[in-house]
Parts: sequence; C-alpha cells; structure tokens
Amino acid sequence: MEHHTKKEISRRDFFKIAGSAGLVTAGLTACNDRKVSEGTATQTTLGEMTYRTNPTTGDKVSLLGYGCMRWPTLPGGDEPMDQETINALVDHALAHGVNYFDTSPAYCKGRSERATGTALARHPRNHYFIATKLSNFAPSTWSRDASIAMYRNSFKELQTDYLDYLLLHGVGMGDDGMAALHSRYIDNGVLDFLLKERRAGRIRNLGFSYHGDIQVFDYLLSKQDEYKWDFVQIQMNYLDWRHAKETNPRNTNAEYLYGELAKRNIPAIIMEPLLGGRLSKVHDHIVARLKQREPDRSVASWAFRFAGTFPNVLTVLSGMTYMEHLQDNLHSFCPLQPLTDEETQFLYDTADLMMQYPTIPCNDCKYCMPCPYGIDIPSILLHYNKCVNEGNMPEDRQAENYRQARRAFLVGYDRSVPRLRQANHCIGCSQCAHHCPQNIDIPGELHRIDRFVEHLKQGTL
Amino acid sequence: MLRKIRQTLAVLFFTAITLLFLDFTGTVHWWLGWTAKIQFLPAVLALNVGVILLLVVLTFLFGRIYCSVICPLGVMQDIVSRISGTRKKKKFRFSYSPEKKVLRYGVLVVFVLAIVAGIGSLVALLSPYSSYGRIVQNLFAPIYQGGNNGLAYLAERADSYAFYETEVWMRSLPTFVIAAITFIIIAVLAWRNGRTYCNTVCPVGTVLGFLSRFSLMKPVIDTEKCKNCSLCTRKCKAACIDYSNHRIDYSRCVACMDCIDVCKHGAIHYRMRSKKKAASLSERPQNPDQKQIDAARRSFLSATALIVGTATLKAQEKKVDGGLAVIEDKKIPDRKTAIVPPGAQSARNFAQHCTACQLCVSVCPNSVLRPSTDLMKLMQPEMSYERGYCRPECNKCASVCPTGAISPLTIADKSAIQIGHAVWVRKNCIPLTDGVECGNCARHCPTGAIRMVVSDAANPDSPQIPVVDTERCIGCGACENLCPARPFSAIYVEGHEVHRTV
Repeated sequence: MEHHTKKEISRRDFFKIAGSAGLVTAGLTACNDRKVSEGTATQTTLGEMTYRTNPTTGDKVSLLGYGCMRWPTLPGGDEPMDQETINALVDHALAHGVNYFDTSPAYCKGRSERATGTALARHPRNHYFIATKLSNFAPSTWSRDASIAMYRNSFKELQTDYLDYLLLHGVGMGDDGMAALHSRYIDNGVLDFLLKERRAGRIRNLGFSYHGDIQVFDYLLSKQDEYKWDFVQIQMNYLDWRHAKETNPRNTNAEYLYGELAKRNIPAIIMEPLLGGRLSKVHDHIVARLKQREPDRSVASWAFRFAGTFPNVLTVLSGMTYMEHLQDNLHSFCPLQPLTDEETQFLYDTADLMMQYPTIPCNDCKYCMPCPYGIDIPSILLHYNKCVNEGNMPEDRQAENYRQARRAFLVGYDRSVPRLRQANHCIGCSQCAHHCPQNIDIPGELHRIDRFVEHLKQGTL
Repeated sequence: MLRKIRQTLAVLFFTAITLLFLDFTGTVHWWLGWTAKIQFLPAVLALNVGVILLLVVLTFLFGRIYCSVICPLGVMQDIVSRISGTRKKKKFRFSYSPEKKVLRYGVLVVFVLAIVAGIGSLVALLSPYSSYGRIVQNLFAPIYQGGNNGLAYLAERADSYAFYETEVWMRSLPTFVIAAITFIIIAVLAWRNGRTYCNTVCPVGTVLGFLSRFSLMKPVIDTEKCKNCSLCTRKCKAACIDYSNHRIDYSRCVACMDCIDVCKHGAIHYRMRSKKKAASLSERPQNPDQKQIDAARRSFLSATALIVGTATLKAQEKKVDGGLAVIEDKKIPDRKTAIVPPGAQSARNFAQHCTACQLCVSVCPNSVLRPSTDLMKLMQPEMSYERGYCRPECNKCASVCPTGAISPLTIADKSAIQIGHAVWVRKNCIPLTDGVECGNCARHCPTGAIRMVVSDAANPDSPQIPVVDTERCIGCGACENLCPARPFSAIYVEGHEVHRTV
C-alpha cells in the first residue's frame, strides 16, 4: 500500500536499461544537483527542504519521505538488492534534508528492512526517522507470538533499539476488513502490546496505514481517545481526491480521509501521491496539458506539490528507485512551492480528464505477487495501461490505426511479459485478489485482457 | 552466356526456396510458396500432374536443367563446389568416371519400394528437396533467427515494433543429427567431386537422368574442332564427359553449360541432337552415402530438456511482496495416437505423402509441429502442445505443404476438423489437487467443448472439474497447453487416426 513514485516514461525506461546493463550511473550523478534529463532547462540550485512538525513529539520531519518499497535490484535470477546504489540514494537523500524512511518486513520480497537498515546505520541515528510496519498479513503470523516476533525482528534488521514510527500495516484490506483487523491486532492483544511498547519508548509514534474498507478507518478513528494515534497513513493524490470511489466502489475518496484526520488534528502521512507512477505515466494528452502549463517541471512534480500543499500532511512518501527520481522530487520540496487555488483546480480538472482513459488502477506495489501459478500480474496490467496511454487500444478493425496498434499491443505484450506468465495462464483462483490495496478485481481484469488479446490475435475485434 | 543464364536462375530459385524455410513470419510464403510446389518429389506425392508433366517436358526438351536450377540441394552442391574450385590448382579438379549403374538404379528401386510400402522415414532420407529443407531448418534457421532476435533486441530499445523475438529451440535431436550428417556428407562430396550425390544416389536425379538421355537439346562435342585438350572433362562437375572418345553421358549431365564456356576451341555446343550413344560402363560398388541413425524415442527429449528447479513455492511464514514463482516445463504426455495437422485427412494419408522437408515445421508460429522420432515416420512432423497450441487463426502448415500431406484449407474449415480429442486426467486436475477454482481449459476452448461441472453430483459445493464433449472437441490443444498442472497437464489430446468433420 504505501507511497512511491516513478518519473516520466522515457527517462525511466532509459534508466531501466542503463541499470540492467549494470551501469551505476547513480553514483556519478549523486554529487550533481543539475538535473540531467530530457534536455529541458530546470532550476539548477536547490533551496532548503520544507519541514513539518509532528505535534506530539515535535519531530521536524522532511516533507519528502523516502519510501523503501521500490529499492533498486540487480539483474539476475533472484534479483538481489543493489545495496551499493541504495547506499548512494540514502546518502544523497540525507545530504539534502530527507529524514524520514518508511519500510516494512514485506517489501522487496522481505529484504527492504535489512537493506534500509544497512544504508542508514552508516549515519548517526538521530539524523533520521525510521518508520516500519507490523506486516502480519499471512494467517500463520496472526498469533501474538508470531506478530511480536515479526516486530522484534524489525529492530534487528534495522539495527536500532527504537522505532520512530510504527504502523499497523494495511488495515481495511481483505474480503472482510473488520474481521482481519480483529484477527491481526485486536483479539490477539497485539495492539495492546504495541501501546505498551509506545509507553516504554521503543515506539515513538504509533499509527496505521489504511486501504479499502472505510468501516475500519472510521472505527479506528472513533477510538482515538483510547489509542491516541500519533499519525495515520493514507493514499492521497489529485486523482483519488474525488475519483477513488468512482474507480472502485470499495474505495474511499481521499477528500474524506484527509478531512477526517484534519478534523481531529492527526497528522497525515501520504502514500501513493503518484500512484506508483500512474500520475507520471499518463496519456499523451495529459502530458501535453501539464507540460504546457509548466514546461520546466516534470509531470510528477504536480502530484507531489498537490500532496505537500495540504497543511496537515506530515510527509509525502515516494519510492524513489532511481537517483533521477530523487533529484526531481528534491526540486519539488526544496522548498515546496504550494499550489495556488487556481492550480489546484487545474489538477482537479486534469483528474476529470484522466478518468476518461480506461487504465487499470495498478500501482505496481507487487503485493499480489508471487502468483502461485507464475503469472506476472503487475507487468500485464502495466503493459495494458501503457497501451491505453499511448493510444494503442484499437476499438475495432475499422479503426484507423488498427494494424499498427495491434502490432504494438501484441509485440509489446510478448516483450513485457514472458509467454508463460501472460494472462491466458490465469486460472482465476483469486488468491491474489485480497492482497491488492487498490481492490482491483485481478482475475477479472486478467481474463478481460486475455479476451482482448484473443480478439486481436484472431482478428475478431 | 547460357552458363550465366543458368547461374542467375539458379541463384534466384535457391534464394527463394531458402527464404521459404528461414521465414518464420509466414509472409514470404505468399509470394514464393510455388517454388516448393514445383519440386519434383513433392509434386509426385501430391499427384500434381501439371507440375510433373511440366518437369518431364522440360527435361525432354532441355535435359536435367531441373537439377542445376530448380533443385536447391543441387545448387547448394554447386556453391560448395565453386568455393572448392577457388583453391589453388583446383579449378580443373574433375575427371571422367563411368556411371555407377547398380548403385543408381538400386537406390531408385529401394526408394520406390519405400514409397509403396509407406516407409516415410526412408523416403524422407533420400529425397533431395527434403534433405535441403532439413539442412536449412536445422542448421541455418537458428542462425537466421538469432540474427532476427538481435535486431528485435535493438528494436525494443529503440521502442520500435518492426522486429519481434522468436523462440529458437531444437525440435528433434535425431532430425538435427541427420540434417547435420547429410550436410557434411553432401558438402564433402561436392567439395571433392562435384555432383557425385546427384549422379549416384539421388533418386530424382536417376529418374530425370533416364529421361534426359532422350532430351532434344544437349551439349555436343564437335569432333572436327576438338583438340582433345581435356579441359571440358576436368571442368565437368558431373564427371560425365569422356573427352578422349568425345562422348558425354547425358543421363548424368545436368546441363550446367560449364563445358561450353570453358572450351577454348568452340568445340562444344548446346544444340539438338537425335543420335544417342550409350557409354559402356564398368561397375564398381561404392559405399552408400547415407547412414542410418539410431533414434531412442523420447529419451533424448527428456535428456535435452532443461533441468528445471522443481522447487515449488513453500508456504512462507510471512507474506512478502514481489517475486515470480518458478514455472516447471511441461512434459509431452504419452499419446497413443500421434496428432497430425488439420488438412492431413488421416495419419496414413499424411505418412504416405510427407517427405519430411520440415517446411511446415519452420513456419509453425506456435511451436506445435516438430519432427517425429518414431522410426517408421522418422522426421515427419507431428504435433504436441507443451509449448503452444494449434491457434484458431492459423493455417500456415496447410498453405505451405508442397506434397499434399497437408491439404490447403480455410480457417473456417480448420475449426471444424477433429484432429483429436481431449482426455481429462483426474489425478492432475488443480481443483482436486490444490483445492482452487480453475476452469482455464473451459475458458479457452474455441469450440465450447469443455464444461465445468461439480465433481460430486450430490454436493453442489464440491470443486468443479472439466468434462469434454468429444463430439465438439477438435483437438487444438488449447486446454492442454493452458492447463496449470505441470509437468503433465490434467487434460491432453489424443490424435485421431482419421480426421473427421464436425
């Protein structure tokens, strides 16, 4: 569920290639504030990072937080963590004022905490805040002992004896959000245990990250007097502000979520400000619209400034895989130039325009993975979205660009997803569905894409 | 001049037919498919009377120009021989040798008997066109495809969809070995002695050679002008010119016109001549060129199959994000009846007509066709669905087959031909073994022959299993290929001896 970001398509793809070729370009560009990209002239100097103050602990938290769910990996079978590059990213972030790092025992096939801890331990402990989560999703970890073991293991992995921020992870997810909340945290006494840990000072701030069932969100906030949440992490961006429910009836608009927190003066931490890159990889028309308005700013910067403009936001998380993501985001937050009312309205109008493009709301968080039958779910959905955004979704055989679009879709499909991992191998077992923080009907979407592919292949569109 | 014309035509034919075997996109065929259909043996097997008559008349008129222009194996030998001739002092390396009659006609008799008896593997082994097809398909196509994949790699980086990647895999080890040995033997013979293969082994060469004895036009030595310099004999790759007696063995002459060009005295002309002389021949037995190869049926397949980590994903203690489950390779089920493509009509018709040229194997875009390893029909294609299935929009194999082993048919016809039927294997079926919903076979059945029903009629909540309506099943293999059970699918196709129409 959390945070994180990707930059413009072309640049991102370019660095993907560079990365897979084993070039660690990041280290070289690390000491250079100049933005190296698409040939557009950008600001060359960075100002001071904007900070927000945590009302309970007085922490001065950087408005840009580092999401550790999308750390770079090395090419090769098991995709090991690229620790060298991670260290360089962390060093650069700290040097430019980023001081909030958000990880989880589940991220990056369970390797994120260790990689983050390794990189951070090279710096004084009081220079940064660590946030991690109690990610007891699997029923085998619902017992009090297993949950506490997971909690204690985080200290070890992160090489610390206290956690600045701890979150109940992804409450509201699953087929029955309330039941899952009770099984994971309440009935087994784990929440009581965590409250005790907070009193003992091993957890400095306790909160939860929320997706899905609104009942759970409302329930937890109604218990504010008892639990005293120090912060809450929500998904917020200019698309979900008013369109989350429209995209999926099971989700809730960010306008409501933020409003409920602001009412109670609970600081909001923002995840998915860029929807895993979906707000930077947008339809050509949207790119033109945003670029026309601010040619020197990236498409992504709009999304970050939107989230940062709200005063009750403590930090905006971004999962920056590449040095260029980090550099671009620093430009958005050093310092933050808040959106004017007119600019905010411009983004709301942009969101309305975006809704006409039928992309699938996948943010590539990989919570659905691994599929036991080997399907590469996010790659399939992202390929589909790419074709939607590039106008390669022919309506029928009479469409003007039918031949070219058909070829782009089918050839690109084989390139993006190995044949054995494509949608036609989805058996519809639905084991993935309840892991999806965006509540996507994954088997349904895969079968729909498979039917579309069959139509393209058989020429029966 | 005549030699230049012959060379130009030969290069054109050779390039066309080679492209036919290299092209995996199925586009070249539309333009050049006819070059395979005018090959002698395919035409005979297809009972293509027009083409046979044309070739016979051609030979009666001009001699064996089929062998030096149309036959790709013949042209390949010329190319090898030409390269060999560029070596120092090797330009005039041939000499006259008498005809090996017993060997030539012996092979022909065996060949005809093999056709009559339906021993497809023997026919395939001796057919020149098929030998060439196998050589290209097995030895050159992988190089061509590798080059294409390199371009596709670059195109992908340049965001272009001009090239796409194709899978390079060995369809059958015995066929590959036979192709390699055939190539080595023929290349060595051509390197040393030119057209030895055509004039001692090739059954098509023997038949056409018999006809060309009586051909209207032929090269003739003018005894008045001939100075007995022996240049023509030493240049004759067919070893058929006896310069001392001014005689040419027209059964072996492939009308290459080399002798006409090389003669300094203008003593050889290509013209009408009715008188024929039979050269007396001494007979010397020679070792047969072909080798029989032992084929252990399927053992090699498992031997060459990649060793897959069969580690199944263990129940993890905690749920972590990302990663890809290992996918085990599918294994070929033990089919009682081999599956042959729609258009083949029956296994027998197919075996009788197929010369195992591998043209259909080269064009199959779904990795379904591959050469058989069964000794009786060695190298003749059969179908299997562990890599792909017979897609409803494809009829490429039928449109390329030059021999009538696979008759042309429309997409609509194809979808109504039962080449086999699906068989369900209870012990592999995922809803029963893994306890999850599936139905992937039913979802992808193009004819709606598979339905999901409850496994326990008394319990409406019991797991759903597929049932096959064999009356509607056409045997395309979508179910087998897309079945999640691995390495053996829970549903597989048994071939039909005789294809039926739904």
